[in-house]
Amino acid sequence: MIEFSSAVLLTSFFAGLLGALTGLGGGVVIVPALALLFHVDLRYAIGASLISVIATSSGAAVAYVREGFSNVRIGMFLEVATTLGAVGGAYLAARVSTPAIGIIFGVTLLFSAWSSFREPPNETPHPPNALAEKLKLSGDYPVNNGRVAYLAQNVPAGFGIMFIAGILSGLLGIGSGAVKVLAMDHAMKLPFKVSTTTSNFMIGVTAAASAGIYLGRGYIAPGLAAPVTLGVLAGSLLGARLLVRIRVPVLRVVFAVVIVALGVEMIYSGATGRL
Amino acid sequence: MASEADLKMDMAISRMLRAGVSIAAFVVLVGWSLYLWQTHGVGPDYLHFHGVPSPADRLTPVFEGIRHLDSRSIIRLGILLLIATPIMRVAFCVYSFAVQKDKVYVLISSVVLTVLLYSFFRR
Repeated sequence: MIEFSSAVLLTSFFAGLLGALTGLGGGVVIVPALALLFHVDLRYAIGASLISVIATSSGAAVAYVREGFSNVRIGMFLEVATTLGAVGGAYLAARVSTPAIGIIFGVTLLFSAWSSFREPPNETPHPPNALAEKLKLSGDYPVNNGRVAYLAQNVPAGFGIMFIAGILSGLLGIGSGAVKVLAMDHAMKLPFKVSTTTSNFMIGVTAAASAGIYLGRGYIAPGLAAPVTLGVLAGSLLGARLLVRIRVPVLRVVFAVVIVALGVEMIYSGATGRL
Repeated sequence: MASEADLKMDMAISRMLRAGVSIAAFVVLVGWSLYLWQTHGVGPDYLHFHGVPSPADRLTPVFEGIRHLDSRSIIRLGILLLIATPIMRVAFCVYSFAVQKDKVYVLISSVVLTVLLYSFFRR
């Protein structure tokens, strides 16, 4: 029991560390690690991961707000979509079979690996957008010489992708940061830094929307959720500190390979009914 | 757009989040230490799902368990505090937008708060 708990704590620590260094979050690593290495039932793995996601997102918010990039209004508006999606995803989790969840998880992992190499879209001058102006989906962010203003585009498309991000979060127990960033920087044409920091800000609220439903279903086992939450939180706090000092391209390649391997393994395990 | 009021709200929110997570993590740590000490090497089975909708995750049984120094109840309290932290954040936003007299965002943040409270208190 002590061996199992320490092994889970250590694995969670590294998941949090890698998740913070690559910006993908700890959830995408810890769920497959628990399911494939420790043979934990996927539902317990997802429940424990979701709690660690809330801790990580809330714990890291201070640093992001201080940098002055995250946008509370854009985050709050899009949280309408992610929380509704997350409640739907948590309901779906009880109806979708475990092997199918494994396959969806695998595909999401492959997407996350791809997205960590995706070039942020070029900054384009932002034409007026009536809906975005009405909803005040605008702001400015600090650059070397002053501040640059931005205004959201394609609001309905961004809202729609956020709803899908919410469903994935509630179904898989992850923050689904990769999909959230896609909605903001790709669909809504928001600056990359604003997208990533606002996404992190939103993850905790999204996860909290499915956590209540998970609790009621018995997905959250205290003896497992405790080491996972403490490990991922400690790892991601250290990762956020290291990120300021070290450059990560090499690590990013290593991590992408790990993510792809986990994704393929999850799809294979799901397809052969071993989850 | 990033007005003084918004910036103040941002900082207050992030401090609140950090405080919530620190307290919750401490409670989880205390509960987990006790848990490892109490279980004496016999762990529960996570290989198979026995997901009974657990009333033990609701507030009253959790407090009842804590009175008997039940380690799982202490961990549960920490988890409930963690879930409550982002909910408090959204509640604070409703208040801040009301102070700024931003009706649209009072409405938007109230919708988010309603969804969160529905999920949290649903049976």
